[in-house]
This record gives sequence, structure tokens and C-alpha cells, in this order.
Amino acid sequence: MSFLDLDERLIQIAEKASLVYSPLVDIKTFPDWVDLTLVEGAVSNMEDWEKIRNVRQHTHTLVSLGDCAITGNVPSMRNQFSANAVLERSYHENIELYPQIPRDMVPHLLARVRPVHEVVKVDVFIPGCPPPADAIFFALSELLEGRTPDLSAYTRFGS
Amino acid sequence: MSRLSQQVVTLKIDGRDVGARSNETILEVAHENDINIPSLCSVEGLSVVGSCRLCLVEVRGTSELVSACSTYVREGMDIVTHSERLSHYRQTILSLFFSERNHLCAVCVSNNHCELQGQAQALGLSHVEVAYRYPQLPVDASHERFVIDHNRCILCTRCVRVCDEIERAHTWDVAGRGVQALVITDLNEPWGSSETCTSCGKCVQVCPTGALFEKGKAVAEMSRRRRFLPYLAKTKEKSS
Repeated sequence: MSFLDLDERLIQIAEKASLVYSPLVDIKTFPDWVDLTLVEGAVSNMEDWEKIRNVRQHTHTLVSLGDCAITGNVPSMRNQFSANAVLERSYHENIELYPQIPRDMVPHLLARVRPVHEVVKVDVFIPGCPPPADAIFFALSELLEGRTPDLSAYTRFGS
Repeated sequence: MSRLSQQVVTLKIDGRDVGARSNETILEVAHENDINIPSLCSVEGLSVVGSCRLCLVEVRGTSELVSACSTYVREGMDIVTHSERLSHYRQTILSLFFSERNHLCAVCVSNNHCELQGQAQALGLSHVEVAYRYPQLPVDASHERFVIDHNRCILCTRCVRVCDEIERAHTWDVAGRGVQALVITDLNEPWGSSETCTSCGKCVQVCPTGALFEKGKAVAEMSRRRRFLPYLAKTKEKSS
């Protein structure tokens, strides 16, 4: 949503870059080679884990976008408990009708939610919850010009 | 150092010639001259503990770093407040603060008003390289008006000092050592049943993070009022 807050500046970005992959495009597999990938969210389950490793292998510059990707943020609040305790709480303790922990069809939870850079090398960090549109625009403009952005004037952890 | 023995000294901070009294610290002199040295545990009006180490500076001629808040100025000192080495250390110190407990800026009462969050931005900390610990820590909401959330405490001991030195109640103290250390009320009893707490709220006003806050404050609503502190400290000084 914050990305869409770029408003008309999206057109400036679109003139210099083409969008080849996102969770919302038709193509289901990550392209062979991508210059720049923005990743949001923490690494929380096996699917995330495999996905981010695949993305890293096929990306030149990987950008962690937002506090969840950078710090673990709210998803990481479960890290004070074991993954089993969290599942028990969600699918047994608070459920009256047919309590059961889903084992098939859903990805296996990691023991801990991890920030992206604990799993793969991350090149650029855009903190914020959410990162303001100005920070995203500045970061993208700098990266498109081949420079590494210093975002401390634009954003920080939290908002 | 008694007031009688103080002398005027001259020194350099970041290449600038400055004058100071010999009973002033490097941090005080820097602030008087509008030179910014990052700090967290230090607050005007309270005693110095030098625990956060964020105000470390270089003194030319010695290899060791000194904390600006707890080092008196000396004649001829040549101080560097910003360098690549200091920046690296300060970022590491901040990283350790963030990783030690559960700091979640986005959902914190002190979001936008937090000194830890502010220093992270000012010092360009874009992410934390140290592995997070995710400890399980208690929240004591037994007090009628205030809450202590240990998840956000950085053990700066401002609350301990203001309670002891200004309010003279000494409700707060530190228990445990190292990573086990926690600020406690009375003899580690619930804050709400403390017999020494006067509910003055000074500890809440000096807390740099969201560890101490007023009940009823939601995310980003906890701003602090601290202007009373230097004034009260002066009054105490005169009366003692």
C-alpha cells in the first residue's frame, strides 16, 4: 500500500524499470535474473525460507522493505514461545469445534521468525512500518541511478 | 571536585577551540557549544552513570575511548566526537540494545517519541546485525496509573536515579546481573503494592523508551515532559 502511495511518481519509476514479478502477477515462477527485488515480510515458514533463497540466487540487488523484513517486527513476537506452543494456542486451546493442528497443505513453521538478512545477504534496507512513500521513491531513484541510498533522513524503525 | 578549585580550561572539540570550567564533563561542554554527542543514559539534572556507552569519544594522544558524560575536561584535550570508528561502535551498541530485549517500534507507545528509535535513525542504523534474543519478560501493570514493560527497558537507570535523587523515594533499583538484570520496585514487589512509591510519575517522564508509560496511552501516544528536571535538580542542590 505504501508503494502505491508513490502515486504519479509510479509513472517516473515505470519509465525506467519494468515490473517482472510480484505476488499479484500471473507468472508463478520467479524470473531467471532480476536487477532489483523488494522483499517485504519476515521469514516465518519453510516456504518463505525456500522462496527467499531462490529470490536471492536470481537477484542482483536485494532490498528489505519495511520493518517485518528488517527486524521481524510483529510476526517475531511469537519467538518468545516455541512454534509448537504457538500452534497449540491457535489450533487447540482457543478452538472448541474439531481442534486440530494443520499438518498438510500448509508450510511448516520455522522455530523462529527471522529477519530476511539472517537468511540471505541483503544489499539495501528501507526501514519503517510502513516505510513512507518518499523513502521508497528516494531509494528506488537512487538505486536506478546506480547509487546506494542513505535513508536516515527519510525513515526509521517504526513510523 | 569542589567549586572553589575549578579553573578555566581550553580544549578542542572536533577542531573547534572551546573554553570550559574544569568541573564540566566533555558532554556538558559539547552541548554548551552546540556540538552533538549521542547519549542515552545521561539526562540533565541527574547523576552520571556512563552505562550506555553511546557517548564514547576519541581523545587524540590516547588510543582508548572515553565516555563523554563521565569524563571531565582537561587543559589541552583534543576531542573527536564523530569518526568511522566511533560510528561503528555506536551502531554496534544500538544493535545490542535492540537485540537484547523485544523492541517493536511499530507497536510501541513511544513510537516517534523514543530516544532509542531516534538515535538509531540519527546514527544511520538501518538494520541489526546481532542476533535477536527474544527473551520472555514480564509486564507489571499493577500500579494504578503507570506500567513497566521490561521488554522495552534498556537499563539506563534514569528511573532509579530520578526516584532516588529528586523524589528521594528510592522505589526503583536494579536486581540481577548482566543479561538477567531488571529494574525493580521496592524489594522486587509489584509496583502497585509498593509502599515507597509516591506515584509522582517522574520515572515515567524520564524514561527514554516505552518501558515506563502512563496507562491509557496507545501506540505512539506516549510523549514525555522533562523540563521540570533541571529546575528540580537546582532546587535540591540549593537546599542540601
